[in-house]
Amino acid sequence: MDQILSVSFLVGLITATLRVATPLVYAAVGEVFTERSGILNLGIEGTMFLGAFVGFTMAYQADQAGMPAYLWIGLLSAVLAGIGMGLLMGFFTVRLGVNQHVSGLGITLLCTGLSLFGFRLVFGERAVLPSIDPFPQLTPFGGIPVLGDIFNQYLLTYIAFLVLVPLSWWLLFRSSFGLNIRAVGENPEAVDAAGLNVFRIRYLVLALGGGLMATGGAFLSLAQLGAFTPGIIAGRGWVCIALVIFARWQPVRAALGALLFGGVFALQLRLQTMGFKLPFELFLALPYLVTIAALALSSRHISYPGAYLKPYRRE
Amino acid sequence: MASDLNPAVAMQGITKRFGMVLANDHVDFTLRQGEIHALLGENGAGKTTLMRILYGLYQADEGEIKVNDQPVTVASPKDAIRLGIGMVSQHFALASPLTVTENVILGTTHGMRMNIEQANREVQAASARFGVLVEPRAAIRDLSVGQRQRVEILKALYRDARVLVMDEPTAVLTPQEVGQLFISLKGLKEKGFSVVFISHKLNEVMAITDHITVLRLGKVVGTLPTQETNPTELARMMVGRPTFGVTRKPEEKEQQPAALVLDGVTALNNKGLPALRDISLSVHAGEILGLAGVSGNGQTEVAEVLAGTRPVTQGRMLVFDRDVTHSDAKARMAVGLGRIPEDSRANVIGQMTVAQNIAIEQLDRFSRRGYLDRQAIRRYAQTLIEEYQIKASPDDRMHTLSGGNLQKVVLARVLAQSPKVLVVAQPTRGLDVSATEYVRSKLLEQRAEGAAILLISEDLDEIMHLSDTIAVLYEGRIMAIRPADGATPEELGLLMAGVRPA
Amino acid sequence: MRLQIERLPAPLWLRTMIPIASVLVTFLLTSGFVIAAGANPLQAAYYFLLDPLSNPVRLIEVLVKATPLLMTGAAVAFAFAGGYWNIGVEGQLYMGATAATAIGLQMDGVPAWIALPLIVIGGFLAGMGWAVLPAFMKVRLKIDEVVTTLLLNYVAIFFVSALLNGPWRNPISQWPQSPEIAASAIFPRLIPRSRLHMGFILAIVIIIALWFVLNRTAFGLKMRAVGLNMEAARFSGIRVDRTVMIVALISGGIGGLAGASEVAGIHFHLIDAISPGYGYTGIIIATLGALNAIGVAAAALFIGLVDTGSQTVSRALGVPAYLGDVLQATLLLVTLAMLLLQGYRISIRRRSGAPQE
Repeated sequence: MDQILSVSFLVGLITATLRVATPLVYAAVGEVFTERSGILNLGIEGTMFLGAFVGFTMAYQADQAGMPAYLWIGLLSAVLAGIGMGLLMGFFTVRLGVNQHVSGLGITLLCTGLSLFGFRLVFGERAVLPSIDPFPQLTPFGGIPVLGDIFNQYLLTYIAFLVLVPLSWWLLFRSSFGLNIRAVGENPEAVDAAGLNVFRIRYLVLALGGGLMATGGAFLSLAQLGAFTPGIIAGRGWVCIALVIFARWQPVRAALGALLFGGVFALQLRLQTMGFKLPFELFLALPYLVTIAALALSSRHISYPGAYLKPYRRE
Repeated sequence: MASDLNPAVAMQGITKRFGMVLANDHVDFTLRQGEIHALLGENGAGKTTLMRILYGLYQADEGEIKVNDQPVTVASPKDAIRLGIGMVSQHFALASPLTVTENVILGTTHGMRMNIEQANREVQAASARFGVLVEPRAAIRDLSVGQRQRVEILKALYRDARVLVMDEPTAVLTPQEVGQLFISLKGLKEKGFSVVFISHKLNEVMAITDHITVLRLGKVVGTLPTQETNPTELARMMVGRPTFGVTRKPEEKEQQPAALVLDGVTALNNKGLPALRDISLSVHAGEILGLAGVSGNGQTEVAEVLAGTRPVTQGRMLVFDRDVTHSDAKARMAVGLGRIPEDSRANVIGQMTVAQNIAIEQLDRFSRRGYLDRQAIRRYAQTLIEEYQIKASPDDRMHTLSGGNLQKVVLARVLAQSPKVLVVAQPTRGLDVSATEYVRSKLLEQRAEGAAILLISEDLDEIMHLSDTIAVLYEGRIMAIRPADGATPEELGLLMAGVRPA
Repeated sequence: MRLQIERLPAPLWLRTMIPIASVLVTFLLTSGFVIAAGANPLQAAYYFLLDPLSNPVRLIEVLVKATPLLMTGAAVAFAFAGGYWNIGVEGQLYMGATAATAIGLQMDGVPAWIALPLIVIGGFLAGMGWAVLPAFMKVRLKIDEVVTTLLLNYVAIFFVSALLNGPWRNPISQWPQSPEIAASAIFPRLIPRSRLHMGFILAIVIIIALWFVLNRTAFGLKMRAVGLNMEAARFSGIRVDRTVMIVALISGGIGGLAGASEVAGIHFHLIDAISPGYGYTGIIIATLGALNAIGVAAAALFIGLVDTGSQTVSRALGVPAYLGDVLQATLLLVTLAMLLLQGYRISIRRRSGAPQE
């Protein structure tokens, strides 16, 4: 028990929390924008998976070809793949107006299948997983105790918390693009009558969201692991869906939710090594259970965006 | 002064089909500069369709549109706005959690930056300039209906509209708010704006407009200067008959026992705010109690509370002295309470058949130990179809039925259960003349057979024509209960606006 | 003469063409991947669709593969028809498999006519039990069931893993796989010495029951009404909360049955990979089958066909077996798009306005 309260434990926990929360921040912010425009994108899990796969594979190939910026090539490819999936989701939900639950799940299944197929095709069956040197971590506070450790993070983590979250808040609430998005999510007729293109706004948002989700996935394969495994996402996309509701569709609260999940995840990893006589799977399940509990406890008066789940048609 | 030269808008030969329905049939419509021009006609006459074509929401199959004598193509609202046309629709195109300013500037902002404070100031200035009073920082959901309409009007003017199309603008206003709207419109006319005033209300059209174009079943019946016509002639043009009207005959009647009693009923609305405050009223057998009021003052909640879809926080509801306050819909039907919902189309299962929708309220009758007797259901539906002259077959999907037939189905399934108490909400909203007459005559029929009817309607004419007693609802409270004989629209209008008699 | 598109149900011949067209379009779209893997798309199509039908052994394998799919497809279709988005069939399956194992391990010396019903009931109840929490959260707290059922899938898989790495770890091989269940608990074979087992009969019974409940009972009408328009259903006196709860629980139970069937019929012990995603495939099947029993049966058999074929494709052509997953997901999306067509009728009109189709 003393161990838990020691400074080094806490510092390690905070550091790990920030890192674990990073992919969730990207993906959850992407989903916040998407749902704000009225669309539920259940393709998030698959898009993260695809982002992880495409990011890794392109980086690997670029590395093999001797390119020094192979990681960035990988990341860019992942973002493009994510945008593509967002647009595909747009085709089904905006153009065709079909059921959003099923099309989102279909996209997740497609991305998962494509990634596993693609991985096997490119790398075949190997005894040892292919890997690359991942993104380095930045250490601006060098040898300073506590601060030095906590701020030992990937560039993508810095970007997530210091750039993405505030920028998203500003974009959503202080820019005209954000105003348009929010209006589309509440009352698309009003936006149409104001002379704006509802479909284009939704497509843009889906593309933006898809790119962010793929970035979240790519973070795992390009920064945290330096490899791709079938279990790399393990339901984080679904956790983000819960986080977005829990965050009442606000980017800052979504980031806080991501930190909560990250914290529980990092905590259980540490608890596993501390000799508690409990199966490690219980700890693994803990973050998911905590997410469900968080949903249950915060269920008072959730007001979904007015046009949530409704495709727009000019009647 | 309106001028015949260089009309603001000229629509010629406009034709529009929706599937089998000819919504506009070679319609010619000319709006002169600086005039208020009424588009008069019943529901389904094609008025809204014509204006939605002008605003670019629909494209005409045939015909031409000219703005300021130039032929134009209006492919989308963006084009219409550019041409100076603004639309104030019947169902406000507003995003309710957003502020007035955010709604007004929607679509006028370019690029990314948006200075909220500056926008607030600009909206305030525009509000003063056009004489349309709004509070820029307020959230739409906190505004009254009249205030929301002003935001809609300001939205159009903010985009430099010179032509305003107003679609049934008075449908949701009290008589006093209507007066204020007319003053605003006259003010705009003086500033050189041109207004298209879509309505089906003869008195208003006579009061405010310069010209009237009457549409019936998609065709133009005639265009007249307002001064040269009168309500009777207009009514005849609208329906082909001098007047229509199903009216209750005033009669002396012994008061029967109270069949439906609301006692101190209090309830909250969807946002958790009080919607009904201490409502008490009683309806007697053989009586129609009309509950008048402007939409948004609790009428919807009264209907829901009686239907069982909204919980009561205080008070009781009794049907023949049986407490149904916390009973579910099924139990209420069991004690003889029949309900006609406010929005029938939303309260039937569109994808299911007529027969299934009829059966769904009486499944126990048609199933034995869980197994459905589909023959019996179809037979029953057929019987009702014949009795109520519904133009549909039992296997038709509900969503393919016209508004009138759909309402007949709803009516039939309720009335066929011989309810002793009827709660009816907005029964003729959106129906054409013959359907409206049919529904009203059925209600009077039920009254004659001894049913107690609570008629909730935003149509004051309907209330006055059908009710024995009238209660007025304002901000969730009963303002007054009066016998219908002798009540005047002015008196009722004041009550509906919250003004208690001195 | 003009082309007229109206919002009326499409004629029957068009509606039956849709599944065939979907399959064709799917194969067209995925042929690119086949070529990328260095194989011939037509050959792949043969191995996927025709080869499994070509000899009795493979045909039986199709039915074996279809068994859990018929059940998960029915479970999902039942839930979706009632407006309940049960994405948790995977987890319910795992819990049913766990219960079947737990019971099966205790059935030594117990005759089959007691053991088998116990397994079936246990599997059903376990799946139902796993569905209670999300259903409760939906009905009482108005929390969307999509996320809660999904997250519980992972918890179920972790739970099984904990069992298999702990108390149920095979003492001999030390692999995460449970001891074998009692012989009396094993589902009897329908064809001697084949893999086709009693679970297939169970699956057929469930499909028939699905059809019957949805089309011939009052409850079926009530739940479909709730699924189509919850507010209207409530207005008409249907106890919506109770209906949704029952739908959710039964759907979970059927999912649990699928798990019990896999344990007692195929594997005879519990393993980590008892389900390669049958719960999620069930969603594909329910959608392909347009939420009706006959459609679900046809779709499940079709996917069973494709699943059988994909093993051959991988072996004979060297294409990664995951192609089957890509194919199924593509088929789902294509079908979603095609299903729109059945809401429209296309006709040619003369100028006078009279339509001729």
